Amino acid sequence: MTIGLSHYLTVGAILFTLGIFGIFLNRKNVIVILMSIELILLAVNINLVAFSAFLGDLVGQIYALLVLTVAAAEAAIGLAILVAYYRNRGSIAVEDINLMKG
Amino acid sequence: MNLSALFFYLFATVAIAAAFMVIAARNPVHSVLFLILAFVNAAGLFVLVGAEFLAMILVVVYVGAVAVLFLFVVMMLDVDFAELRQGFLQYLPVGAIVGFIFLAELLLIAGTWITGAGVVGAIRSPIPPASEVTNTQALGRVLYTTYVHFFELAGLVLLVAMIGAIVLTLHHKKEAKRQNVAAQNARSKASAIEIRKVRPGQGI
Repeated sequence: MTIGLSHYLTVGAILFTLGIFGIFLNRKNVIVILMSIELILLAVNINLVAFSAFLGDLVGQIYALLVLTVAAAEAAIGLAILVAYYRNRGSIAVEDINLMKG
Repeated sequence: MNLSALFFYLFATVAIAAAFMVIAARNPVHSVLFLILAFVNAAGLFVLVGAEFLAMILVVVYVGAVAVLFLFVVMMLDVDFAELRQGFLQYLPVGAIVGFIFLAELLLIAGTWITGAGVVGAIRSPIPPASEVTNTQALGRVLYTTYVHFFELAGLVLLVAMIGAIVLTLHHKKEAKRQNVAAQNARSKASAIEIRKVRPGQGI
């Protein structure tokens, strides 16, 4: 039994769905939402690398590298916003973040 | 079943189980640790398809930096996480519906796709055989030549993220005494000292 591209795409799809499911499930906890976003980006990376390997094109891996960079930057900025918000309001519940609702 | 298939199923199963525990764990610290497990197993999958450099980058950047950053923030914020889990099951039905529809669609795509006729001919930078050039060398040869602008752009994104994170989290304490160079330089003799005539025997 050989492992084909579809196997990797399935793993990516399941990880992506788990990430989306996590956003729905933990609607109050911003930290878990950020971790779910990391999972989604990981799934995207698995898809890119799998296509790159099975089609024999290096560009997919380069793109995965750029996605990795953006994911790291996003995590840093997101957590910094979280820390600044917690310092001002003393809470990180998503429901309390409604100052701009008008 | 050969060895690589065995390892694929091992890595895939552990990665998916760890990803499930990330969203299901009660304690956010456990979530972060399961996230690390998921990333390490994804790195194993990358090694299996021959993307060694990305696998090592995944371990170094994610496990070494991003996950530790998450852990740091989770431990730094004094939040009652049990309270945040109230209503955890409230969104379970809608989340499950959306998730399963999404998963079904993605699996339909993953099961039925075919490679277009012109795709293989249009490959810009084919992967050289692994016996001649390692994956890291091959990536470097492409990344520093054809895609050098994207590489620079990635560096710029990281720089902006670094400055942004510092600006967002750095805050000066009000009570801390600091040197004000402009005020020091603006002092003149008139504002700094006062000369009084002291008469003998009277004092000031």
